[in-house]
Formats: sequence, structure tokens, C-alpha cells
Amino acid sequence: MANTLTLNKITSQRGISVGEAAKKIADLGWNPSYVQEAMTYPTDYVIKKTPKDPMKQVLRSYFPMEEEKDNRVYGALDAALRGDMFRNVEPRWIEWMKLFLAIIPFPEISAARSMAMVARLTPGEELRTGFTMQMVDEFRHSTIQMNLKKWYMENYIDPAGFDITEEAFGKCYATTIGRQFGEGFLTGDAITAASIYLTIVAETAFTNTLFVAMPSEAARNGDYALPTVFLSVQSDESRHIGNGHSMLMSMLKEPENHQLLERDMKYAFWQNHAIVDAAIGTFIEYGTTNRDKEKESYAEMWHRWIFEDYYRTYMLPLEKYGVKIHHDDVHEAWKRITEKMYVHTVAQFFAVGWPVNFWRIEAQTDKDFEWFEHKYPGWYAKFGDFWKWYEKLSYPGQKVVTFNEEVGYVYPHRCWSCLVPCLIREDMVVDEIDGKLHTFAHENDRWTAVEAFADEYQGRPTPAMGRFSGKREWETLYHGVDLADAIVDLNFVRSDGKTLIPQPHLRFDDKDMWTLDDVRGHTLLSPLTILREMSDEDREAHLADYRAGFTINPCN
Amino acid sequence: MPATSSSVGSGAAGAAVFADSDSRKYRYFDPRGKRATHYEDVTVDVQPDPERYLIQDWIISFPNGEGAYVKNATEAQSSNWHAFRAPDQEWERTHYQRQSKIESLIQGVIANARKFGVPKTFDKTWAKILQTHLGAWKHAEFGLGTSLMQAQRYGYTQMINNATLTNSSYKLRLSQDITLYLAEIGLEIDGWNDDLGKQTWLDDPIWQGTREMIESIMGSEDYLEQYFATNIVFEPLIGELFRSSFMIQVAAANGDSITPPVISAAEADYERNLANTIDLFHLLVTDEEHAAANKKLFKGWLDKFSALAEKAANGLQPIWSQPHSKPVSFSDAQARAAERFAKITGELGL
Repeated sequence: MANTLTLNKITSQRGISVGEAAKKIADLGWNPSYVQEAMTYPTDYVIKKTPKDPMKQVLRSYFPMEEEKDNRVYGALDAALRGDMFRNVEPRWIEWMKLFLAIIPFPEISAARSMAMVARLTPGEELRTGFTMQMVDEFRHSTIQMNLKKWYMENYIDPAGFDITEEAFGKCYATTIGRQFGEGFLTGDAITAASIYLTIVAETAFTNTLFVAMPSEAARNGDYALPTVFLSVQSDESRHIGNGHSMLMSMLKEPENHQLLERDMKYAFWQNHAIVDAAIGTFIEYGTTNRDKEKESYAEMWHRWIFEDYYRTYMLPLEKYGVKIHHDDVHEAWKRITEKMYVHTVAQFFAVGWPVNFWRIEAQTDKDFEWFEHKYPGWYAKFGDFWKWYEKLSYPGQKVVTFNEEVGYVYPHRCWSCLVPCLIREDMVVDEIDGKLHTFAHENDRWTAVEAFADEYQGRPTPAMGRFSGKREWETLYHGVDLADAIVDLNFVRSDGKTLIPQPHLRFDDKDMWTLDDVRGHTLLSPLTILREMSDEDREAHLADYRAGFTINPCN
Repeated sequence: MPATSSSVGSGAAGAAVFADSDSRKYRYFDPRGKRATHYEDVTVDVQPDPERYLIQDWIISFPNGEGAYVKNATEAQSSNWHAFRAPDQEWERTHYQRQSKIESLIQGVIANARKFGVPKTFDKTWAKILQTHLGAWKHAEFGLGTSLMQAQRYGYTQMINNATLTNSSYKLRLSQDITLYLAEIGLEIDGWNDDLGKQTWLDDPIWQGTREMIESIMGSEDYLEQYFATNIVFEPLIGELFRSSFMIQVAAANGDSITPPVISAAEADYERNLANTIDLFHLLVTDEEHAAANKKLFKGWLDKFSALAEKAANGLQPIWSQPHSKPVSFSDAQARAAERFAKITGELGL
């Protein structure tokens, strides 16, 4: 029909194009002439080229879009309750959310704060609009995740652990790993932190495992709330990835940045691998009850998301700009995840540490063993007996696995860099910083702490670079303290004053639950303190033993 | 399918009774009222503090040894930074609902007005005023938005930083709203020059006092000084003066029914941001240990920025003489601003 009448023809108005709107908004900034903006967060990078805003979105369309996304999320949460989701949800899964959701709102809000740092350093105004939206996005992510956690607390069978969540975040030996991640976004050299570590590596590479792979596993365990929230979160990440890439192109333009870029890509990739793979790999592989052999393992997903998508299509092309890419690190990370069973050693460590957790971990069973052996050949020989021991020792009255010499596990040294312990024993290295001995999980971790986080890099002054600080080895805090007293100090005790929040099982009955009396009489020790106190000779012997590894005794 | 990993075949609340099976409230902070609000639940303690639960302290530091957040990012002092709760109780959902509603309202107003040819009926002089002065004003709002974006990095608690962040978001939205509004009505008015606003902002003597004040706020290295200068000084003495006592009140008399609803959202934004600011500074001026030092500090900020505001307001005075129809005099508008300012500072005992 030639003269079709449509509503659009009646109501349409001439408007300004998206490109024109973005251009006008980018023109809101100006160069101050009365008072200069303070450069309060310095960087050693030089950024002269004005980065482009690839998304060209304005707040007028952004706010309604996000409100619509929110409506879908909150509608889905209501529907989940109407559909009685929690009757079918797997506690094995939700328990790990006590750890995950204690951690993640802090890195999110840290990302919001870090937008201030990077926006101030970026020439021109175009990308500032992108940073503005990322700031509000991260505020969204932090509070929407806190809301999800509250929702779990209100509706899940065992709310203990959720109810002390932010206190636990500040105190737990496991959340310290997440704090390293979050603090990395907003402390030290502003570009290293807010641009390379956060947007160019964490968001561009690792949010796929965090916010895409993990929701799939949640759904397999009857939890369709987490996918709703986190896929909505992930839909904001594409804009952040765009911000990061645009900044990267500006950095590349200045040859003097290349050395720093190589340093920071190496640091950020390795530490994201060490931290994110430790946590998310454990949640996905050990928090699930689904042992479908057709589904991808964490290692398979890692290969797809990180190796193929990120390494091959994002990192490798940087070489044409003259930036050296550390291929060996990517391959080493892959080797750690597969041959060296990194994720499995982390899960084992969290299980050994269960009395000072604030969530429950149940034992893996025969059905799990079969799946692990199928996906990770050799798994059973290395971990089968351990999980049998763990099950056997999950009943109150047994000697807690952490201190049980019959098991054969050797409590690990903590890595001073990534804060995950030195779990791949043969890779552990030691070095000194300011005359003090430290332990590291891998040579790359040593390099990060000793060479990258310093005031000079390969002869070049790096005055803006951050430093590792604080009481980084958690064990130091409770060196010589009775386990029960440490748990009381951590406040990981239920409100009856005796039952532990953590439990090594999913038996929801008071008679099966461990109390302070069940764990009293064991003294926590700091491996680092002990190592430092050793004579040189004893230390060398100890390190050789440590690197040789341990053998779990057969469990009958 | 029942929950196979549960000893009772269910993962639902109430499926079993055991220690703390009914512990369904966050128990690591004291709510301001009898019960924690939703805002408190999703906000309090997300930014940790070595003096509360962060037992390992900050684990990365800046080269000077300071951790991620420090108390000395402002000269103000508090015996309990964690006491502040934002009266607007904003978290992500309420923020997007409010911002989105404002955007829909503004777009509806503009589209309808354009449909009926309203911009063409503007008094010609008024149209020029919009291009020059409202066009210049959008940069002031943008400057405050970017300044607050910077400020939200420094606060010692999540509550302070989130209130600053939403304030920044409101300011940046308004600056973009004005930008797009002017560009769209410009499509309807012959000879419209969209660049005039920025030229005016940068070069016109009328605006230099305002620009100097905005740049002074942007240049401050004290995040609370930025927040104070914005909401305690600039907004009542310049923001409301220009937006409300000029743009909103003078527009209708000059044939413009569109600008007032576009701008008026900012007044409601400010009411919320003012409530947040008053609450925070009230805590500081009544602090059991630091009240006197804080008052002295804030009086210094007040002197510094009210002098800049006076200069800025006097600079703007000629604008009130420019429209054909002049329903409000500058002296009346300024008197109203002074009264408002006195009320605000009176609340704080300054």
C-alpha cells in the first residue's frame, strides 16, 4: 500500500541524533582558568590523547533503561518467592553465596569510587559521560547485591552468616582475598587501579566467569534469583569494557606508557586469575549438586572466556602496538587450572578452614568424585581421600579436620601478593621486602609484590605506584590463640553463644551442630611467623619439605 | 525436585528449627531508628573501616602509606563518622525510579510543547536569554556534578559517599537535561545558536563570578568542603536564585511554559540533597568532641564561599533586566535567597 498511515508518521518529531547529543554533552566541560582542579590521585602514566566514548549514551536514555532492568530483576525475585524457589534450592549452593555476596558489593562500590580517579585524569570530556554512568552503575551493583543477600537471609533455611555479612567481610581469612581484589581498584596509581586492573582486565576478562558462568550454575541448583540479578549486572559491563578499551587506546598512543602497561597487564592478569579463579572456580565446582558430564567444567569455561575470548582477541592484538604480552603467564594460568588443580586445592583449603568460615561446607560424595575424575583426570587420587576424611570428621566430637594429624594435610603458607595461600606447593617462593621475609604462591606473585608494587620499575621511578600493606597474613592475627577463642573474637558464633555459624555439613538440626566446646583446645599458628623465627638451615629444610608437598592418608 | 543437599529436603526458611534459624536481620550495625530501613541494610558498612571490622587494616596503600579511605581527607572531624544516615534513604532502586520518572516527565513536556509549536511563541528576547544564560547555567550544574563525582571517592563511610554520589548524579542529569532541552527547542526557533551558552559561560562578565565560584568548588581538595560549598552556599545563594527566582518565575511572563517544568525537577533534587547535607553537618557541629573545631572550620568555609557567592550573584544581576516582562526584581530575588541562606545556616548554628 503506497499511502499507509502509521502512528509514527503522526507523532514523530525531528530530533537530534545520538551522536549529536553525545557531542553536545561532551562540550559541557571546559578548562578552568580561575582555579585548577586538584590532581589528588596521581599516576605515572601520561594520557594526552582524548579518549572517545564508544557508547555515546546519555543519561536521558540511561536512567529509564536501568529502571526497566530493575523492574525485571525485582519482578523475578517476587516471582521466585511465589514459585517457592527456596523449597527446591540447594543449600550446598546458597551456603557459598554467604561468602560470595559478603565480598562482591565492596569491589563494586570501589569501582564507583575509582571512576572519580580516572575521570579526573582523562583529557577531554567525552569519556567522562561514560565514567559517570559507570559510577552510577557500580552504585547499582553494590546495592542490588546487598539487596539480594538480604533476600537470601530472609528466605533461606539457615540465615546465619548472612546476618553478619559485612562484619564477616572485614574479619574472615577468606574474604581478605576479595578485599585484595576490591582495594586493587581504588588504591595506588590511579590508572593502574581504575583502568588496567579494574576495567581492562577484571571487567573485560573476568566478569564473564563471575557474572555469566556462575549464574548458569546457580540455575542448575534451583537458584534463579542470582542469575536474574547478575545477568542484569553483566549487561552494564559492556559499557565499562568500552570505557576501558577507549582508555587503553589513549594510553597506547604514548610510547612512554608501554613499559608500565606491560607491567600492569602482567600484574592485573595474574592477580585476577589467582583471586577470581580461586573463588569463582570453587563456587562453581564445589557449590553445585549438578554433576551432568555434558556441562562445561570451570576449566572448560575458562578456556572459552579467558583464553579464547580475552587472550586471543583482546590481549594478543595489543602486540601490534608494540606492547609485550606475557603469553607464558596465560599458559601458566591455564596449566595451574588444569594440570596443577588450582581450584581444587583452594576448595580443599576452604574446607580445612571451615571452623573460621561463616558459611557451611558439606563434603563431596561419590557422585561428585565421579564427575571430578571425568573432568579433571587424576582428581580422585589427589583429593578423594581428603573429602572422605572431611565427611568422616563432620560430626561433633570428632577432632576437627584443621588440626587432625591423621588426615595428613599441611596447613599452607599465605601468599603475600594475592593472599590465596601457596597451594601449589612446588611453586612456592620466598623473598624479602624491606628486609622482611615473605612467602609467595608463584614467582609471578613474588614479582608483583617485590618488583611491580615499588617506587621504581626496571630503573624507572614510579612514585604513584601503591604498596602492599596492613596485616596481610590473616594467620598473624591469631598466632597462639585457641581456635574457640578466635571464633568468639571473630563473632562467628550463633546468638545462643555457643553454636558455631560455620558447620562442616548441611544437617539442619541442633544435635548435629558444632559448638565452641567441640573446637576448643587447638592453637592457631601463623606459618609466616614460624618461618621467620627459624634458623636459616631449618628454614631451607622446611621450604624443601613444603615444596615436596603432602600426602593425604587413606581414609577407611 | 527437592533440595538434595538439605538434610530436611528443603532450602526454605522455616523448614527446620535450630540455632539462629530465625536470625533474619543484619546484626552488625545499630539502626538509626527502631528497625533498620532498607536503605540502611543495603548501605551500612559496605565500605569497611579498620576501627570497626577491618581487622587486617587496609591491605594496599598509597605511596604515602595511607589506605583506601582516611579520616584526614577532610579537615572536619567526627567522633563517629558512621552515625550519618541520608534522610533521602536513596539506594539504587529508588534512585533509578526517581531519575527515570524525571526524564520521562521532561521528555513528555518538551515533546508536547514542540508538537503544539510552543517554542515558536517564545518572546524573542526570552529565546535569546535561554540560549545565553540558561545555556551558560548548564555548565555550572555540570561543574558541580563533576566536583561531587570527585568528592564521592573520599568520604569515610558508605553513607556519606553514596549521598554524594547521588547528588552528583542529579547534577549531571540536570546539566544534560538542559543541554538536550535547549538543543531540541532550538530545532523549532529560527536563528538558534546552541554554542552561545558556552561562549557566555567562558567570556561574558555576567557569568565570571559564578564560574569562579564553581571552579573554586571543583578545585577544593576537601570533599566535605565541596559538599558544603555546593549545598549550603552555592545552591541557596546562586542555584535557587537563578533557577527558581529567575528561570521558573520569569519564563511564563515571556511566553515560555516549558522551561519551568524542565528546571523545577532540580529544585526537588536540591530539597533532598539539602536534607542530606544538613543532617551530616548537623552531626558535625553537635559532635561531642569536635563541635567547636568543626564550627570554626565551617564558618571559614562559609566566609570563603559566601564572598564568592556575593560576587557571583552581583554579577548575575543584569540578567533580571533583560526580559521584556519582568515579574520579579533582582533585589526581591536576592532578599529571598538571603532569607533561605540564613535559615539553612541557622539550622547549623553558623
